[in-house]
Amino acid sequence: MSTAGPPLALLAELTHRCPLGCPYCSNPLTLDRVRDELDTATWLRVIDEAAALGVLQVHFSGGEPLVRRDLATLIGHARAAGLYTNLITSAVLLDAPRLASLQVAGLEHVQISFQDTEPGNADRIAGFQGGHEKKLAAARMVREAGLALTINAVMHRQNLGHLSEMIDLALVLGAGRLEIAHVQYYGWALSNRSSLIPSREEVRNAVAVVAAARERLKGRLVIDHVVPDYYAHRPKACMGGWARQFMNIAPSGLVLPCHAAQGIPNLRFDSVKERSLREIWADSEAFERFRGTSWMPEPCRSCDRREIDFGGCRCQAMALTGDAGATDPACALSPHHARLLATAKAESEAVIPPSFVYRRYAKMPHEEESPA
Amino acid sequence: MSANLTAASRPGLSPHTRMKNDTARGGWVLLAPERVLMLDAIAAEILTLCDGNADIGTIADELARRHSAPREEVLGDVLEMLQELRNKGLLVA
Ligand code: SF4
Ligand code: SF4
Repeated sequence: MSTAGPPLALLAELTHRCPLGCPYCSNPLTLDRVRDELDTATWLRVIDEAAALGVLQVHFSGGEPLVRRDLATLIGHARAAGLYTNLITSAVLLDAPRLASLQVAGLEHVQISFQDTEPGNADRIAGFQGGHEKKLAAARMVREAGLALTINAVMHRQNLGHLSEMIDLALVLGAGRLEIAHVQYYGWALSNRSSLIPSREEVRNAVAVVAAARERLKGRLVIDHVVPDYYAHRPKACMGGWARQFMNIAPSGLVLPCHAAQGIPNLRFDSVKERSLREIWADSEAFERFRGTSWMPEPCRSCDRREIDFGGCRCQAMALTGDAGATDPACALSPHHARLLATAKAESEAVIPPSFVYRRYAKMPHEEESPA
Repeated sequence: MSANLTAASRPGLSPHTRMKNDTARGGWVLLAPERVLMLDAIAAEILTLCDGNADIGTIADELARRHSAPREEVLGDVLEMLQELRNKGLLVA
């Protein structure tokens, strides 16, 4: 039994396959294989169920959604169902004919990730030679086609010095929106935290740069800024609160309250192969577990911010305290907060950051990597 | 390109921004790249008049007539609301 209003957005992770290997990738450490991916017919049904449930936006994501040959079909179906369609892509596989087919299908908005503004460093971070050039070309194509463009820049200590250049790049490319997302540390990013985490000083500078740019570019470029909350005083409302607005479907069909939720052990996820989206949203164990406020421990339970930030991020609580039901240690009221700050300080001050663990499929015996 | 709207501006929704009747929740919403804005009845009414042709002065005249409200007050409210949407990149003028 649930009192949840309908979800606003659906993140459709069509695949975990991706030619890039970003060391902060938000996909789980154990990636779904191509043979586990939902087929076209199931996605079409899920899109209809999402629209009927009240979802307004669908984000086609991955991995790299462009590796799915049925992408245009899915976009067309979503658009016909009245959903707003976003494509979240690394764009290295995007060429003009493909873009045209997606646009004809009804695609409205493309979000392209950039790893840095300096091509060599960008390609090094992505683990993909020549990627940066391809992204630039793809971004221009998107604008020439007249589609809305967002630049997504994931920032960390190895590119944060180029933040102003990133803002300039978004302007030059004609983006309407720039999403500056500091790395969130779970999954792959947690494995790479000591290579990625910036210092408090660097974060402070970044916040100032963004604030000034926002003022200067009002009405020209919308800048969304996800600040790294290790240095914050209060956590952010992760996903707008667990199971309140958002659902994520993994390539295999598992429905998650957030893209990182599989990092929480003993949480049972339902699959769209077995239940409808409406049933899953209403009472799936994974959604119900941290929905609302009744699951909260102290200090959240009696805190007047409990319906503002909903106790912060469950995945971060899991990663840092071993208990997904704990107050997010990013909150200064958490008993783990001081330890977190000390770790962040020590890791960000390492003179030479350790080399990256790139995101990739674990090699299994008798198995070849599936071709994209 | 001026970011400030006046009574002479002719606002319209930004490309790839659209209104939708949200039957699941009841009411109108504004859909834009990765953003959803719930509109109250009056905001929805104002935006319906923003067709890129009508200027804000004319829109205020129309609303003042419909609601028998003082025109200058209506104009102030309309400018404020539209300016906010403009700053969010949801409106062009
Ligand atoms: S974050 Fe990088 S590796 Fe992960 S899906 Fe996106 S482009 Fe691919
Ligand atoms: S104690 Fe809990 S509810 Fe209060 S601010 Fe911290 S995380 Fe949020």
